[in-house]
Amino acid sequence: MSEAAARFVAGDRVATQAVDPDHHNRLPRYARGQVGEVVEVQGTWPLPDDVVRGVPAPRVEPVYTVRFAARDLWGTGGHEVTVDLWQSYLIPARHPPSTDASLEPVEDLHE
Amino acid sequence: MSDDHASTPVAARVRRLEERLIAAGLVSDTELDAILDRFLGGASPVNGARIVAHAWTDAGFRDRLLADANDALPELDLSMRGGLREQRLKVVANTAARHNLIVCTLCSCYPIGLLGPSPSWYKSEAYRSRAVREPRGVLAEFGLDLPADVDITVWDASAESRYMVLPVRPAGTEGLTEEQLAGLVTREGLIGTAVV
Repeated sequence: MSEAAARFVAGDRVATQAVDPDHHNRLPRYARGQVGEVVEVQGTWPLPDDVVRGVPAPRVEPVYTVRFAARDLWGTGGHEVTVDLWQSYLIPARHPPSTDASLEPVEDLHE
Repeated sequence: MSDDHASTPVAARVRRLEERLIAAGLVSDTELDAILDRFLGGASPVNGARIVAHAWTDAGFRDRLLADANDALPELDLSMRGGLREQRLKVVANTAARHNLIVCTLCSCYPIGLLGPSPSWYKSEAYRSRAVREPRGVLAEFGLDLPADVDITVWDASAESRYMVLPVRPAGTEGLTEEQLAGLVTREGLIGTAVV
């Protein structure tokens, strides 16, 4: 099994994939197409998308704790939600956080 | 769900699945029993309570626990090695300014070894969908009215880590022994739906 190198470090702004694939996936729907911040690199695990489909050599990737503002996810709420995400689910978000979350650009969704 | 459900349709389905796996030679009866025994034998919130009480009384252990819980657990003869691969544990500490709440929105991931079998509401669609969206309202329904100035972090255990909350030590417990302190810690306190 080949192991992917970590693309992100704590503090990086990342965007989640917006596409809902046909196969099994562990990117929760409510966190799709959102911008968050990497809190921690947890370690590496086989990608469930590959494991569940019986791919002979599943990709092994870093899993990140990613923090989202409730206001970005739901348009309301003062709390934060962290979601644990495999590297394939993430792409770099170039812009720093804006003060108005509703204006925050979500870029590079089709890298 | 935590009641005896040996005669439910789910139990029958699990038995059939076990029989198929054994018949296919993928796993043996003995292996299955050994894994179940390792996984569930001794699984109890008493373990989580011991960890919390020790963290309350030993600042060094508290620091090590929050930095790398898997590294710290063996100090109490505990581990996350029940399953096929050691599970990563992340302990998150409540403070006067921040409250933590654990959920698994995709299924029902939960540190069974430290908290025992999960409560049925933890696996309910209502809890899983609402905890991330309106935690303050959900906590109020559990009887926990957090002050407005306490921030909330909801941890969605969506991958391979398992989470446990380190509650704030209650006031007026200075004279209690570690064992007495452990007696104060509830399963709900370890999930974050209650304070201790």
